[in-house]
Amino acid sequence: MRCARLAGALLITIAAAAPAGAKSAPRTVTVIVDKLAFGTIPAGLHVGDTVRWVNRDLFLHSATSSGHFDIGLPPGAQRNMRLTRAGQFAFICKYHPGMKGKLTVQ
Amino acid sequence: MTTSLRIAAASALLIGGGAAAYAGGPTDPQIAHIAYTAGTIDIAAAKQALVRSHNKAVRSFAQEMVRDHTAVNDKALALVKKLHVTPEANPTSAGLSKQASATLARLSHLHGRQFDRAYVASEVGYHKTVNGALADTLIPSANNAELKSLLQTGLTLFREHQQHAEQLQAALK
Repeated sequence: MRCARLAGALLITIAAAAPAGAKSAPRTVTVIVDKLAFGTIPAGLHVGDTVRWVNRDLFLHSATSSGHFDIGLPPGAQRNMRLTRAGQFAFICKYHPGMKGKLTVQ
Repeated sequence: MTTSLRIAAASALLIGGGAAAYAGGPTDPQIAHIAYTAGTIDIAAAKQALVRSHNKAVRSFAQEMVRDHTAVNDKALALVKKLHVTPEANPTSAGLSKQASATLARLSHLHGRQFDRAYVASEVGYHKTVNGALADTLIPSANNAELKSLLQTGLTLFREHQQHAEQLQAALK
């Protein structure tokens, strides 16, 4: 699994989804990337949840939030990213800057 | 030829010339050939940039052009094979290729910042022209739904490229 590049304090890291069944079990949400757009970002994300990025597009993309995370998404790939800090994280695809989204983590 | 004249010439080929050459609009085999040729031209331009430019941002953009246009062209080849369609050479794609050869030759004499600016300006104009042709002529004329869908994906992608090229052009001023 490709590691996220971190800048400054460790905000968000890539990790496998946490095991289900724990008290207040973290959840895994999927964000589909297709036709040069990020799919709907689920609301109600919490620290400990995992975002699974799934690239169904023909093209190399990334989910990049400057100073926070930089997830490479080759065509057909999926990557898990565990949320370790609350906040709002605007992100883009660094290859196609018109692709934008925002994660809100509580 | 100045950049604006080259863009005007390419526009005439893709839009005015295209409309004149195809009564009722180009056929799917002709559209496939034009779209594939347009992608091949931009890949060649990007490869020239990767040889001549030392600017990190320009090189990154050129790598993006090679990667994305190759992906679209590979998908287009797979589609025409699946549909048993043979792309048909036509005056528009021939004219585009001729125009592109002239541009490559002109840029081959430029160096450093002069090359970077000329390449990026050419990319802005080229994508603008191709996007206009896709939106106004090629997509409306396409009959096959899968071809139309691929062209629409191409238009979304090329608009991203145009925006990226415009940002790069502003940064190079």
